[in-house]
Amino acid sequence: MKLFDFWGGVHPAGQKHLSADQPIRIMPPPARLHIPLQQHTGLPALAVVKVGDSVLKGQLLAQGQGAVSASVHAPTSGVITAIGDFTAPHVSGLPLPTVTLDSDGEDRWLEREPLPDPFALEPEQVAAQIAEAGIVGMGGANFPAALKLNKARQAKVHTLAVNGAECEPYMTCDDRLMRERAAGIVDGVRLMLYALQAPQAVIAIEDNKPEAIASMSAACHGDPQIRVVVVPSRYPAGSAKQLIQLLTGLETPAGGRGTDTGILVHNVGTAYAVHRALRQAHPLISRIVTITGGAVAEPQNLEAPIGALVEDLLAFCGGVTGEVAKLLMGGPMMGQPLPTWQTPMVKGTNGILALTAAEAQLTTPSPCIRCGRCVEVCPMGLMPLEMSKRARCDDLDGALDFGLIDCISCGSCAYACPSHIPLVQYFEYARGVLEARERAEQKSKETRRLLDQRQARLARAEQAKAEAAARRQAEKRQAKAAKAGAAA
Amino acid sequence: MNLHLPSAPHTHAPDSVPRIMGLVLLAVAPATLYGLILFGWPALSLLLVTVLTCLLCEAACLSIAGRPVKPFLWDGSALLTGVLLAVSLPPWAPWWIGALGGFFAIVIGKQVFGGVGQNLFNPAMLARVALLVSFPVEMTTWLGPHPLFSSHAPGLFDGLAITFNGIPDVDGVSGATILGHVRTQLGMNHSLSQILPGHFQPGAAVLGWTGGSLGETAEWLALLGGGWLLWRRVITWQIPVAMLTTVALLAGGFHLLNPDRFADPALHLLSGGLMLGAFFFATDPVTSPTTPIGQLVFGAGCGALVYIIRTWGGYPEGVAFAVVLMNAATPLIDHYLRPRIYGRTWGGQSRPVKRPPTRPGESQ
Ligand code: SF4
Ligand code: SF4
Repeated sequence: MKLFDFWGGVHPAGQKHLSADQPIRIMPPPARLHIPLQQHTGLPALAVVKVGDSVLKGQLLAQGQGAVSASVHAPTSGVITAIGDFTAPHVSGLPLPTVTLDSDGEDRWLEREPLPDPFALEPEQVAAQIAEAGIVGMGGANFPAALKLNKARQAKVHTLAVNGAECEPYMTCDDRLMRERAAGIVDGVRLMLYALQAPQAVIAIEDNKPEAIASMSAACHGDPQIRVVVVPSRYPAGSAKQLIQLLTGLETPAGGRGTDTGILVHNVGTAYAVHRALRQAHPLISRIVTITGGAVAEPQNLEAPIGALVEDLLAFCGGVTGEVAKLLMGGPMMGQPLPTWQTPMVKGTNGILALTAAEAQLTTPSPCIRCGRCVEVCPMGLMPLEMSKRARCDDLDGALDFGLIDCISCGSCAYACPSHIPLVQYFEYARGVLEARERAEQKSKETRRLLDQRQARLARAEQAKAEAAARRQAEKRQAKAAKAGAAA
Repeated sequence: MNLHLPSAPHTHAPDSVPRIMGLVLLAVAPATLYGLILFGWPALSLLLVTVLTCLLCEAACLSIAGRPVKPFLWDGSALLTGVLLAVSLPPWAPWWIGALGGFFAIVIGKQVFGGVGQNLFNPAMLARVALLVSFPVEMTTWLGPHPLFSSHAPGLFDGLAITFNGIPDVDGVSGATILGHVRTQLGMNHSLSQILPGHFQPGAAVLGWTGGSLGETAEWLALLGGGWLLWRRVITWQIPVAMLTTVALLAGGFHLLNPDRFADPALHLLSGGLMLGAFFFATDPVTSPTTPIGQLVFGAGCGALVYIIRTWGGYPEGVAFAVVLMNAATPLIDHYLRPRIYGRTWGGQSRPVKRPPTRPGESQ
């Protein structure tokens, strides 16, 4: 198949050798799990269990609420010991509502009914089952998968692009999944195609994963609907916008959706989760994570229960050796720095990275020499140096004028900058200020609306009073006139 | 545990400002060494004077401004400015030309603007222009090759005397560069077919066996260094290619119109500081545009100005003027010639998907 190209991009050192040859090991549930109720874009799920309840593995813990949300299930059997705020996997370290589950060590499944053949159901019903299983985009987007499928079906998408590019350095979870569980992924792809009512799927894999390419090609051999496409290893080939450009030469319109190009992008992990949910009634309660980095004693790929703490995951991999300079959730290009070891992994966690000081390359920034590297590597066609210059002096409108909202935070610019300027950090800062500004505007608008309402109410009351008074006057006059008439 | 929490990315390309400056220094080294051999000890003294002045001025300005001296001094930018200034000066220029030039480049050309990355003009080119305007005699005293250790080359002490005391027999050794010669002769209404024979030998010009600035004579070495910088991705192709092509096209066009009045492209490309300018001065990151389109326009502008100044201007050589003039246009170019943003039109509007969606792989 003819490939196109995306703009810019960088070639960070892969470092995948640390964990790429480690088969997926299943990690038994630790004694205590912390399961955040918001592991997805949208509203947090609403807890349907109470403290003290005993739950079985796979049992619903919290129901998705509202249009955009996702349900959360128990990753093992045990007792709910707390429902409250707990550190969330986010740099802010701000807590999120979280269910704490103490394992009873039995890992007993909920009684499951035999499943109907998904292909005998309506596409909407298949999507509904995907929603019930609490599946979200597992490549890090965290958007509820069923919702994305329904919208794409309505948009008449013609191709499902299954993202197995895994362009983040160090990360090998998708690679291992494709090597070891290719049949499950391909089955999940067929199920998603059915839910989408789309005619074909392409599975995009970077050319640095020959084993995954071989096993996926074998798994979809003979299926005319699905084929494997080998894409060049260049970061960020796995970003949805860039993958679409790579496959079709089309660009997602600014402010539009990927489906405007006729393509829906889903991660291989999501496809596998769909297969498990629809074939084995296995809701999304575990996932493959890569535990790696120079500071990890035995880098590995684990199938770990959602809600396991980072310290449990690291302990299962032999702990850390030496000083950890940076602890990340995700890869080095887009991963979130973690404030503590006591952070739970969630549905969108593809890896935990413990970097040594040498790997973390902590450097001091120097002035911009206007070399243009950042412009050259930006896959979105932006001028990062100009944006950061404006963001730094709080000229938000200037930063917006240079395309701040089009930035996908891929980090290519900051990776390439010879002056080591933390460009993305300035963009995040500017976005934060912008959001605050919008919220403030929203608030003042709301206040104004309430004020107007109050004034209108007061005015109405005044008017009603005046009318009532006028009515009374009129009645009095009438009565007087009547009296006078009677007297006459 | 001492965890660092700045945002992504958490890895970095193995690159830095000192590394870039170092690579440029390496790239200009062959042409510089060739110039040192060609023009002997006085050239070496001049190079040392400019480099030392640049480093001293940089250190002095940094400490006066209260900025950290060591990291900025070691980033290599002042050293590079010193070398680039020396290679663009007449090789036997007196010491005070080098010292003034170094002072001018670093203090007026760079630190007054706020130091590395902030300057509008390429410091070395700005200094060269200022010197040429202020000291036209010293700045146009050219001499033919006096290779080191040859019979007519000055020894070490004579060389020092030349730099610090002046050239003893100026008229005896000096001569015009080919561009200067062409210009004077054209002024006397001679035609090129009379002027060039015996004076312009393309072979010698390519090899660099001619008179000229310290490091600009060996076009092939400048080309080699520039090509290496391209290969190492220190510079991009847009500026040099646009600049050289523009000069070649203009020279070719006018030469076709009137071969007796306008020199051919080979003479233009192989003389003066054009190669050095195209690869080492116009590509200075700080003072050239940052976008590919901007760089094309900038390069073409430099090329056009070089040709115009050489052909109709008041000076036989125009590379320094051209670069400095285009430097002044850089902010404007960067403001108006931005790349197209993904998913947007050139005007910045959302860009609808034009073709009806087809299946990937199907022919359209
Ligand atoms: S890469 Fe860094 S130094 Fe170069 S222009 Fe961009 S911000 Fe400036
Ligand atoms: S982080 Fe933003 S500005 Fe930087 S390269 Fe990625 S898209 Fe471009």
